[in-house]
Amino acid sequence: MTTVLTPPAPVSGSGKAPRQLRPSREPSDRIFHGTVTGIGLFVLVIIASIGIFLGYQSIPTFRHYGLGFFTQTQWLPELDKIGIAAVLIGTVEVALVAMVVAFPLALMLALFITDYAPKVVKGWLISVVDLMAAVPSIIYGLWAVFLLQPHAIKLSRWLSQHLGWIPIFHVNTDPNAAVWQQSRYTSSVFIAGLAVSMMAIPLACAVMRAVFDQAPLGEREAAMALGGTRLGVARTVVLPFAKGSIIGGTMLALGRALGETAAVLIIISPAYEIKARILEAGTQTTSALIAANFGNATKSQLSALLTAGFVLFLITLIVNSVAAVVIRRSRSGAGTEI
Amino acid sequence: MATIQSLPTRPAEADLGPDDGGDRPVAPKPKVRKPRRTPNFTAEDWISLIGSVLSSLAFVTIVYEHILDGSGTIGFGLCWYAAFLVVYAAVVSVVHPRPIVLERLVASTLYLAAALVLFALGSTVFYIFAQGWRALVHVNFFTHDMSGVSPTAPLNQGGILHAIVGTVEEVGIAVAISVPLGIGTAVYLTEVGGRASSLVRTVVEAMTALPEILAGLFVYVLLIVEFGFSKSGMAVSVAMTITMIPIIARAGEVALRVVPSGLREASTALGATHWKTVWGVVLPSARAGLATATILAVARGIGETAIPLIVSGASSFLTFNPLNVPMNSLPLFIYTAYTTHEPLAITRAFGAASVLMVMVLLLFVAIRILVRQKGVRR
Amino acid sequence: MTTGTDVARFQVGQGASASSRLRAAPDATGPSRLDAVGVSAWFGDNLVLDDVSLSMPAATVTALIGPSGCGKSTFLRILNRMHESVAGAKLAGEVLLNGADIYDAGHRLTDTRKQIGMVFQKPNPFPAMSIADNVTAGLALTGTKVSKGDREDLIEHCLTRAGLWSEVRDRLGTPGSALSGGQQQRLCIARALAVRPRVLLMDEPCSALDPTSTRRIEETIGELCSEVTVVIVTHNMQQAARVSQQAAFFLASQGEPGAIVEHGATKDIFEHPSDPRTADYVNGRFG
Repeated sequence: MTTVLTPPAPVSGSGKAPRQLRPSREPSDRIFHGTVTGIGLFVLVIIASIGIFLGYQSIPTFRHYGLGFFTQTQWLPELDKIGIAAVLIGTVEVALVAMVVAFPLALMLALFITDYAPKVVKGWLISVVDLMAAVPSIIYGLWAVFLLQPHAIKLSRWLSQHLGWIPIFHVNTDPNAAVWQQSRYTSSVFIAGLAVSMMAIPLACAVMRAVFDQAPLGEREAAMALGGTRLGVARTVVLPFAKGSIIGGTMLALGRALGETAAVLIIISPAYEIKARILEAGTQTTSALIAANFGNATKSQLSALLTAGFVLFLITLIVNSVAAVVIRRSRSGAGTEI
Repeated sequence: MATIQSLPTRPAEADLGPDDGGDRPVAPKPKVRKPRRTPNFTAEDWISLIGSVLSSLAFVTIVYEHILDGSGTIGFGLCWYAAFLVVYAAVVSVVHPRPIVLERLVASTLYLAAALVLFALGSTVFYIFAQGWRALVHVNFFTHDMSGVSPTAPLNQGGILHAIVGTVEEVGIAVAISVPLGIGTAVYLTEVGGRASSLVRTVVEAMTALPEILAGLFVYVLLIVEFGFSKSGMAVSVAMTITMIPIIARAGEVALRVVPSGLREASTALGATHWKTVWGVVLPSARAGLATATILAVARGIGETAIPLIVSGASSFLTFNPLNVPMNSLPLFIYTAYTTHEPLAITRAFGAASVLMVMVLLLFVAIRILVRQKGVRR
Repeated sequence: MTTGTDVARFQVGQGASASSRLRAAPDATGPSRLDAVGVSAWFGDNLVLDDVSLSMPAATVTALIGPSGCGKSTFLRILNRMHESVAGAKLAGEVLLNGADIYDAGHRLTDTRKQIGMVFQKPNPFPAMSIADNVTAGLALTGTKVSKGDREDLIEHCLTRAGLWSEVRDRLGTPGSALSGGQQQRLCIARALAVRPRVLLMDEPCSALDPTSTRRIEETIGELCSEVTVVIVTHNMQQAARVSQQAAFFLASQGEPGAIVEHGATKDIFEHPSDPRTADYVNGRFG
């Protein structure tokens, strides 16, 4: 015969509410948690301090120049004419040129590594891309000045010759002259952008590649089984899946491009005017401005440079925060470790 | 009636047909065939590809000089690529339908893009060594500093010992500070968590992109201007730490998250405190990942130019003292040597760049070894 | 091998229902015979299938049964050239579609997969696409052009054949991922049918579904075999008995590659198996 069990009456009160459990913490654990939390919050403190210090140092500048700081293009401390209008435009131009070159190359390289490269070389390719990210900026600068520039200015000249009616390709010189002025094409936004793209490509590529690898295998196989080519699988499954991370990775690379210093510093020749002529010699970016000028800066000039740094800080902070949010919110970013 | 196919391992039950009466000796196990190839790119496809490449090359070579008045190699390459696409598309579409044509065009473009990027990187590395070797062959390059040596002095005088020592020392100090702080942050994010942790995580992610020049400016303003410390290697280390901590924290967090929670639970179930679990179980399991994180941060640190430019000086004499005196480092040496625009100085700059490049390459070999070890162990 | 567009298959005539309006062109599709001859398979150096031969007649449902891990799914994936998409996978032997070896150098991989479709164990609709776009995804992937009117008819036809039309007819624009598991699997069946395959391979299509959805899909399979040859891998012997006309019993002993022990009419396999191992399996004594 079988027995039917009846549950015993609960000991405490109504028996429906869960019991309150108080975790007992060992003293060593309390110290551990406290220390580690302190370290974590310390990181917050650092970045806040950077922002606060730069902001604080900017106050004299803003008090002196007001909003004219953002509209003045000249940087002539002796004449008390200081402004970052041209510098900001130059920063954005260099970064945009870099991203226009880097985005398609990074996307293609990432797709190549995940779907097209023979499996045996995939690991090596990933390492090579990481290596590319680790090469110091100054080395890319040397490469750009000595190896890339002589070839690139010929392309610049061709562009200004045939497409010079488009404002960004125009150069204030005669491209059709028999002996054309090479110096009008060197040290331009274009060359600097190409050098910076070498640093943007591996960063964007690493993010995209990691996400392409995570595209769901089930969907990939479904697309393959329907008769899709590799391109078809990429367009139907991989790229829609990775959309958010593609955008986010590009924005991260953009953030890096905005703050790039060393390569830009040795490539460009400083010129303080707002112009869209990216092929023409002469431009200035925020970080190059700071690096070049602070050595012999007086106190007030230093404050101006710090203000420029503060503006750069805000811009990169915003760009990178938006990038992080875009990635985290996207379907592909939910588990990503960018 | 159903048909039976015998399994080779059961000889006693081999039964080759319904008409068979009784047991028969087993036929020997049929010879296992060799695998066959399943090529998706036939010989004909190879001919199409190579033919398109060569014919477009020939066409552009002839046309380029006359019509486009020789605008350099980059222009040539672009025209060749455009011509190749047209020719290849035409050739492939003779035999294959549109999806395949598109696939082939895209595939060849992807191969080209990868080759282009690899070529750019390779040409960088190669060019650095090619320009720098003339300085590297002199032993004094590695054993002397530049004190008393002018930038235009011949290459058998002077050297970059002070820059090498400076780089190693500055990065060493930075590692000593940033590794505990970075791993501590990673531990905080994975093990402790809490309400502030998502804010900390966001901030850490934002900080990885902090331009190095701002870290340098911060240290300059705070330590040198406000507190009156002098430009030194220590200041460089502190600024480097600011850029290195986020890298270690983020990569370290990933490494810690990958440790299976089963390990943590096992340790706790045995009665260990949280601290003992982390120190004794979690951190050792994540060893390889944490080492990789550190190496990535070091790779970032040794290449920084703007920081030493601002908070240290380009001294020409060797010093081991990280405090009070300016300390040179490889990237800074490269920059200052380049800006003299003197040929011999530039050669030294390339020499220093070669040394820097070798350091980066060694770091990456180390990461590869670590990653492979980790893979094998799993 | 057919190249170019398959528009000719869809001839729109006068008629009330979509099904009657869509008539296959005389030369094109229709269920085809599939023959596997001496198929062996490796993953790396590991032999997982040893010299398997099986004939799957046209317009019938063939069930592949057997315990887990004896190579049924691997064999199935060899039939539509999905096996080689795994790194390190190798195979030997031939697979003949109406007498022509699909692994021949002259056969395009994408054409083969279009003619031999597959439905997977875990439903995998494309989440970024609507239900309608999911159904026609195969057309987009293979570059098949269909006019707008034909497209709508095709969607209705395939969803009806898959037994899903009545449930989704008024929300064709909603995402494919918003359906239940059983509905998603039927959507995958409709998607596979839209490219007009000659053979449809199904890898344990109901193992992740509830009994009601399973029954719907089994009904669908029964109705489909006039249009496509069906080969279905299943763990569920009762399901095999219900839907298939022919069955093959796979077995792999400890450490040995898999192979077919016995095959024939489903009725015979279940009621009069010749091999004792088959008898043990169908009577539930193992597996």
